[in-house]
Order: sequence, then structure tokens, then C-alpha cells
Amino acid sequence: MTPEALIGAAFATPIAGAAAIAALGRAPNLREAATLATAAALFLLVLALTQSVLAGERPALMLVEMMPGLALRFEIEPLGMLFGLVASGLWIVNSIYSMGYMRANGEAHQTRFYVCFALALASTIGIAFAGNLLTLFVFYEALTLVTYPLVTHSGTAEARRAGRTYIGVLVGTSILFLLIAIVWTFEIASTVEFRSGGILGPDLDRATLAALLALYVFGIGKAAVMPVHRWLPAAMVAPTPVSALLHAVAVVKAGVFCVIKIVVYVFGTETLGRADAAAWLPYVAGFTILAASVVALRSNNLKRRLAYSTVSQLSYVVLATALLAPLSIVGAALHVAAHAVGKITLFFAAGAIYTAAHKTEVSQLDGIGRRMPWTMGAFAVGALSMIGLPPAAGFVSKWYMLQGALAASQWVAFGVITLSTLLTAAYFVPIVYRAFLVRAPAGEHVHGEAPWTMVLALTATAAATVFLFFQPAVPLALARALAGS
Amino acid sequence: MTSHFPILQVVLPLLAAPVMVLARRAGITWLIAVAMSAAVLGMAGWLFVQTGAGETISYAIGSWPPPWGIEYRIDAANAYVMLLVAAIGLLVALYSRASIAAEIPADQHYLFYTMFALCLTGLLGMAATGDAFNLFVFLEIASLSTYVLIALGRDRRALVAAYQYLITGTIGASFIVIGVGLAYLETGTLNLADMATRLPDVSDQRSVRAALAFLTVGVSLKLALFPLHLWLPNAYTYAPSAVAAFLAATATKVAVYVLMRLYYSVFGAKLVFEELAVGRVLIALSLAAMVIASAVAIFQRDVKRMFAYSSIAQVGYITLGIGIASETGLIAGIVHLFNHALTKGAIFMLLGCIALRAGGVGFDRIAGIGRVMPLTSFGIVIGGLSLIGVPGTAGFVSKWYLVVAALEQGALWLAVLVVASSLLAIVYVWRFVEAAYFNAPSAHIAALKEAPAGMLALSWVMIAACIYFGLDTRLTLGGATDAAGALMRGWP
Amino acid sequence: MTVIAAQFTYWVTIFIAIAGLYIVIARGNLIKKLVGLSIFQTSVYLLYIAPGKLIGGTAPIYSVDFAIYSNPLPHVLILTAIVVGVATLALGLALVVRIREAYGTIEEDEILAQEAPPDAVATPRP
Repeated sequence: MTPEALIGAAFATPIAGAAAIAALGRAPNLREAATLATAAALFLLVLALTQSVLAGERPALMLVEMMPGLALRFEIEPLGMLFGLVASGLWIVNSIYSMGYMRANGEAHQTRFYVCFALALASTIGIAFAGNLLTLFVFYEALTLVTYPLVTHSGTAEARRAGRTYIGVLVGTSILFLLIAIVWTFEIASTVEFRSGGILGPDLDRATLAALLALYVFGIGKAAVMPVHRWLPAAMVAPTPVSALLHAVAVVKAGVFCVIKIVVYVFGTETLGRADAAAWLPYVAGFTILAASVVALRSNNLKRRLAYSTVSQLSYVVLATALLAPLSIVGAALHVAAHAVGKITLFFAAGAIYTAAHKTEVSQLDGIGRRMPWTMGAFAVGALSMIGLPPAAGFVSKWYMLQGALAASQWVAFGVITLSTLLTAAYFVPIVYRAFLVRAPAGEHVHGEAPWTMVLALTATAAATVFLFFQPAVPLALARALAGS
Repeated sequence: MTSHFPILQVVLPLLAAPVMVLARRAGITWLIAVAMSAAVLGMAGWLFVQTGAGETISYAIGSWPPPWGIEYRIDAANAYVMLLVAAIGLLVALYSRASIAAEIPADQHYLFYTMFALCLTGLLGMAATGDAFNLFVFLEIASLSTYVLIALGRDRRALVAAYQYLITGTIGASFIVIGVGLAYLETGTLNLADMATRLPDVSDQRSVRAALAFLTVGVSLKLALFPLHLWLPNAYTYAPSAVAAFLAATATKVAVYVLMRLYYSVFGAKLVFEELAVGRVLIALSLAAMVIASAVAIFQRDVKRMFAYSSIAQVGYITLGIGIASETGLIAGIVHLFNHALTKGAIFMLLGCIALRAGGVGFDRIAGIGRVMPLTSFGIVIGGLSLIGVPGTAGFVSKWYLVVAALEQGALWLAVLVVASSLLAIVYVWRFVEAAYFNAPSAHIAALKEAPAGMLALSWVMIAACIYFGLDTRLTLGGATDAAGALMRGWP
Repeated sequence: MTVIAAQFTYWVTIFIAIAGLYIVIARGNLIKKLVGLSIFQTSVYLLYIAPGKLIGGTAPIYSVDFAIYSNPLPHVLILTAIVVGVATLALGLALVVRIREAYGTIEEDEILAQEAPPDAVATPRP
């Protein structure tokens, strides 16, 4: 198949899958099979594209010319390839996990759930493969709208309120800031295409560049830079497979992906560096990292703690990108993959704990490691990745980020990363310690491990976290290609 | 034959009206209405294609040569508007059969179609004419039939709404006559193109500026520019659903066209925007409309009323584009004219489906309707997304061009206000989403079925058009660019 | 003085227009509003016709004895406008009849009192 056909097929597959899932709504087993088949097909198609991208090609596909000079088109470059691989690969695992979770908890509206999932993945592929800012924006908005029914799945008043925050913050920031930034870019550069070295030209002054960058960073609400991060903890009201999707696979990764892509392909690291227009961003990102870590430390609700951990980890990526050094850009791109596998493991574990033991608070987790060894073992691996210790993938990305900070003589960034490592350890290690080494209180009801599909999924992602530490070849190659461009 | 299309498309509905009165039976009059609308659409389409190349068609009525006789002058600008009106007319004509069956007593159906035909005549005549007084005549034809159409609503408040609209609308039309009269006194001609050649010589006269002022106020009343919008919420809320859909999509749009024609082709952009501060006034009033009307929409108890206030806000976007007075701004205004007509027409049609089944569209009545009428509710959601300006819908294209136009003028604050008012749209669209999908349906609602297939299909044609024209903008944007070009070139 | 005399017709026009508009706004009786509207429209007729009569102009029928003719066009236009005005008045009165049937009154404040205020504000959630 030609690369163009592959791109078209990759984009069309989740959409066709969504239709199939909707049609098979009455036959749950067939419906789940459709989801898995679609996910597998998507991953294989994306994998097939990786070859050509690693060889230096940039396959492209034009969809439609929306307005004169502004087309919806796809063009894959290394970062998009990496994001696509992570998203499609983890969808398979997430689908297996969802089947276990949804059935074990007897959730309603499961067809709507799987259909929206498939459409969310279609939007994610659209973002990953976007060839210009307009396409990126179209699928960015589509992703928000398609995940709204997932966030408000339970239909309770609390879900409705959370949905309002979700839509309000994400659509609000994207229309108020991101759209203005894109149109302003179009006005300056007469184009919205992504190009190596940026499209803005060398003549812009520092204030304009800084303002434009700020509009982008705060307009991309999905990157959860404070203060536009509020949607993320609000979205925890969703079922855990959705949180896993939001925090690992699609939504947040789309956010930081957009930030990296815009810094590298719209502004260009050279342009930003010469004008010193990104000097404010490490401080904002650094503040987010530390503040979110402190809130995580003080959160008793497990999902809330994981949510703020995500806010913190996302700003690692933003911080590393803001340093504009090649090594830190490599670290940022790697962290997209590393955080994905690590965080999804943690969320899978949280959902398993809820399903098997009906526990949601950290304080309730004493001794649970005895009863749920696989779950808590995976949790420990995920925690290692978050802290950034070997043999977890998070170590590799953090290593590059620290190297980049050193190379650019950015001592504040170095300090922030180090300090937050300690804070992360402070809010993860006690959970693991108490799960395994403290006795469960007497009189608790007996429970076993979670359903086998969920355990399978979380073991797989924990294994992937460790695997990526030992074999980071493909993500590393893609990240290096990105930084070199 | 084709050379007579400019007048034929106006005369055909005019002749159909008395035929319908004589025919009396609802089914036959409906068929006549549909046939007439289809023929008119064909003619409008032909004229649109002809003028797309930049040609101006001049038709002398009764072969009396202009400027002494009445002239119909079709160029890219009014061909665009006439195509829109004709297309909406056909869709509403098809849709109205099932819709009015529930809202208007059966013995009055033929009168509905008669008035519909007359309204179509009036609107098309307003768009096609090149004579100032002829403009007034067709304006009044359209307005009078509109008053009757509104008064056909079920609720007795429709009568009061029609009466209030009659009073304010007649004052507006009288202002237009005064404006035309003053312009006639200064230039000695009623032919718009001829007036355009003569006005530059007298443009410093106070009576010319007074004429411009009277015309602006009169037309602004018709297009419901803030603060002359007070008739619109009641009129749209209490009118029958098919009427609301038709009016929301056409009446204000033709009035906008008249305003653009007067500003650009007759008085000239130099006088209006450079010597006088009309552009700035328009921008100020448009911003007020966008923000205040959107904010008021959020607090309404009735869904139809909420979208009526939304219409006032959206017309503000159109006039904002005109007020920016650049080519991009004009294109933005014209394309939003088209896109909003599609969006609002579709939304009101879908609301008509809900009204048919549920008996009303108050927020208390539609709780949980997303479960029992999924296609209808989802269609309204898509229409709402187009109002917000989500990419992939037609509304996004207009928003994009408006922001581009604002940034071209270096007015970042204006661009920010345009998008900020979209955020208000999110709030009121989400009110509908939550009411329809998050509440449990009451017993009364739970027993309802989906809308009739015919009405639903027609409404979805409009919604599909919203999405289609959000992705393939060659027709809408190309037509708007041609129209803007034709307007800015002027008539002499 | 000459200013007033020379522009006499325009002063009358303005007076009638304002009087008509005032009646529309100030009177609550629906029929009186229509009367005011008609008075306002009459001022517009005067605005057109008065300038049509040229000083020294004769009736606009061609004759070799006369060189200046009054302008017939305003009369044509105003005939049209009067017809439109009559149609509007008839429609308005028909609406008033139906309003009377529906409400039992044609006083605006009584009608508004019978309905909940049109711009009803949604009750705030507790």
C-alpha cells in the first residue's frame, strides 16, 4: 500500500470501527470483538507507516481544501509518528481493560462508550498526523467534543458539573486563545503549514513572539499548564478506562504533542532562542510542576492524586520543550511515550482496586498488596516510571531532560526537575510501602485480584514500561529525528 | 425565456398566491407552493451561475429603459442572496406540510401557503430590484405577509407579537421611504444605479446624509440590529415553527443585503465609511448585539426564544463584518449571512419537530428529549456547534474570516471580542444539551416517538449542509467573494 | 421668519411625523396606536408631494403654452404608499379585532398584565 493509502486507511479505520460498534450494539461480545479488531488494525497500519518515517520520508495526504489557501491535510513527521504509535498501541490494551472494567462494574450505555472511544482515537490520529495548524485545530476540537460523553458517562449531577468544567475550559481556551493564535499566525506568515525551522520568519520582535507563544500554550488547554488545568481533576468523575484514555493515550498527550509540535514547526527553536521569547515559559511550567506535586501530595483520593501527578508530568514536557535545547526536546518527545505507558499502568491499577475492593482513597490501601499482588506490582512499576528511576521508562526521558537542562545551563529547570522527583517519590512511595509492608486493618471484607482482563492489561503496560527502558530504540530514533529537524 | 428570469422569479409566487386562495384545499395549495418554490429555485440558480463570472444582468420592466423605468439589476451580490432565499423557501415549503398540520387549523392552511408565496415574492423582489421605491414596495409586501404568518401561531401571544412587529416594522418602512424621498429630492432619480452616479456631486449636502441616516435606521429595524431588535424574540417565539424557520433564515438576511447595497453601491464606501463614522457605529452596535443578546439568551425559559436571541447576536456578527469595511470583513459578513441562514433554519426546523411531538419547547417540556428523539436532538446539537463556531461546521468559516478581518485592521481587541462572544454561545447551547440529555424524561416525554420522517429528513438536509459547507466552502465562500467584489466595485 | 415661511411644508411634515410617533409610543390603546401610525405615514406623503409642486409650475399635461410643469412622479409614488398604508391599517385593525377576541381588551397594559412578562427569566436554581 502506498503511504497515502496507509494514512487514509489509518484515519478511516477507527471511524469505520465506530460505525461497526454502533451497529453491533445488541451483541456485546461481537461489539467488543469489533473494538479489538479495529484497534489492532489501526496499530498495524500505524506500524506500517513507521518504516518510511524512520527512513526520512514524510508521507502526506490531502483531505479537502476548506478555504482558499487553507486545506485539511495530513503529513506525518517523527513526533506525530511517535504519538500515533503510542495512541494506537495503548488503545488495544485499554480496550481489553475496558471490557473487564465495564462488565465487572455493570456499567450502562456501553455501546455509546465504545463508539465514543473509537471516534476519540480517530480524532487523536487526526491530531497526530496533522499537516498544518488548521487540521490540528479541527481534530483538537473534535477530540474535546467526542470525549465529553465519555467524561459525563454516569449521567449524575456531579458528572454534569464536571462536564461543564471540561467543555468550558477546553473549548473556552481553544476558541479564546488557540484560534486567535492560529489566525494571527496565518496573518503573519500567510500560511499555517508545519515546517522545520518554523514559518514565522526572523523579523518578529520578542514581545510579539512571546505573546503568540503564550496564546498557544494557554490555548492548548489539554496540556494542562496552570491555570488552565482545572478540567483534568474534574474529569476524574469518569469511569477509569476513560481516565486512562485521557491521561495516557489521547487527550493530555494531544495537548503536549501540540505544544512540542508548535514550538518546533511553527516557531522553530532557533527563532525562539534568538529572540529569547520563551524565557517565561520554564517558570510557568516549573510552577505547575511543583504546585501540582504539592496538591498531589495532599490528595487522599487516589484518582485525584494521579490527576495532579499528570498535570505535573505534562509540565515536564512543556518545561523541556521550553528549554529549546536539542537534548531536552528529545527528552520531551520520549516523555510522551514514557509517561503514557507509566500513567496508564497507574490508572489501570486504580480501576482494578476500585473494581475488586471498592476502594478509592489512599488511606484505605493498607495491606492491599497481599490480596492484589499483580495490581500493586504494576502500580509500583508505574510509580518508578513517574519518579524516574530505572528500570522504568521514565528514567530515560528524565535523563535526557536533565542533560538538556545542563547543556543549556538552565539551573532553575535542573533544580525544579530534581525537586519534583523528590516530591513525586513522596506521594508515590508511601502508597507502595503501605500496600505491601503494612498489615490490612482487621475486619475488612475479603477480596481477590481484579478480573483477569484487567490484570492482563495492567501487566502488559507495566511490562512495556520496563521494556521501553531496555529497548527505547524506536521512540529514541523518532525523538532524535524530531530534534534534528 | 431565460432573459425574463429576473422578473419571473418574483412574479411567479405573486401569481401563485391568488391561485392558492381560489384552490382552497390544503393538499393542492401545498403542491402549488412546492412547484412554485422549485421553479423559483431553478431560476435563482441559473441567475447565480450567470452572474458568477462577474456579469451584471439588467432587466427593464415593461421594456421601459432605465433610469425612467423600473430596472431589475442582478449581479453576484443579489444572486447569492436570492439563491439562498429560494433554497430555503423550497425546503420550508416541503417541510411545512407536516409542521403546520399540528399548529394551524386545517381550514387556514391554504391561507398560510398564500402568505408564504407573497412573502417569497417580497423577499425576492427586495433582492432583485434596482429601483429605490420598488424596494419599499416589495419590502412592504414581504412585511405584511410576515405579519400575517406570525399571527397564525397557536398561542394568542402570536397576535400581540404580530401587532408589535406591524407597528415597529411600518415605522421602519416609513423611515426607509423618508430616506428614499430625501435621496430622490437631491438626485432627481429613483433608479439606484443612476442615483449612485449622481450622489457624489451632492454628498456634502445635509439632506443626503439625513437620507443615509433614515435609510440606515429603517433597514436596521428590519434586520433587528441592536437596539432595534425588540420585535424579534416575540415574533420568532410565537410564530408557527415553519414560519420561524423561514423568517430566521431569510427576512433579516435580505435586509442585510439591502444595507450592503445601499452602503456600497449607492452611497459609496467613501462617503459612508471614510467621511462618516458609520463603520464605527456599526461595530459598536454589533458588539453590543453579540455580547448582550448572547447573554440574554442564556437566561431564557423557552428554547425557541433562546435561539431567537441567538439570532440577534449572530446578525451582529454579520453587521460587524460590514462595519469593518474591508474586503475581508465584507466577505466574512456575507458568508456568515449564508451560514447562519442554514444553521438557524435547520435549528428552527428541528425545534418544529420537537414542538410537533411534545406540544411545546419550553425547557421544562423538553427535559430528557434526547433519549426519545435522538436524531432531532443531535441535529440541534450540531446546529449549536455551528453557532459556537466549532471547526468542521459552517459557522467556523465565518468566524475565521471575521477574526482575519479584525486582525488585518490590527484590532486584536476586536478579534478577542468576536471569539469571546462565541464562549457565551457555548453556555446557551450547553443548556440545551444538558436539558435534552441529562434529565430523566417525564412520563409524557418518554411516550413520544421520533419526528416524522419527512420533516426530519428535510431538517437534516439543512444540518448536513451546515457540515458540508463547513468543509467545502467553494460555493459559499466563492459566492461571497464574488458578491463582495461586485459590491465594492459599485454600480456606476 | 423667511426660514419658517420658505420651509413651511417641511415644518408641517416634521410636526405631523412627531405627533404620529408620539401617539404610537404614548397611547396604550391598540387602535389609537394605529391612528398614530397613519398620521406618521401621512407626514411622509407630505414630504414627497410638497416639493413636487414647482413654483410657477402647471399641471403635468403637455401643452405648448407652458414651460414649467409640476412633477407628477411624487404623486404616483404616494398613491402607492397610500395603498400600502391602507393595507397595513386594514391588517392592523384585523389583528386588533382578533386580539379583542382573544384577550377581551385592546389596552396594551391590560394585555401585558394577562400574560407572564414575555422576556421571562428562568428561575435561578436553589
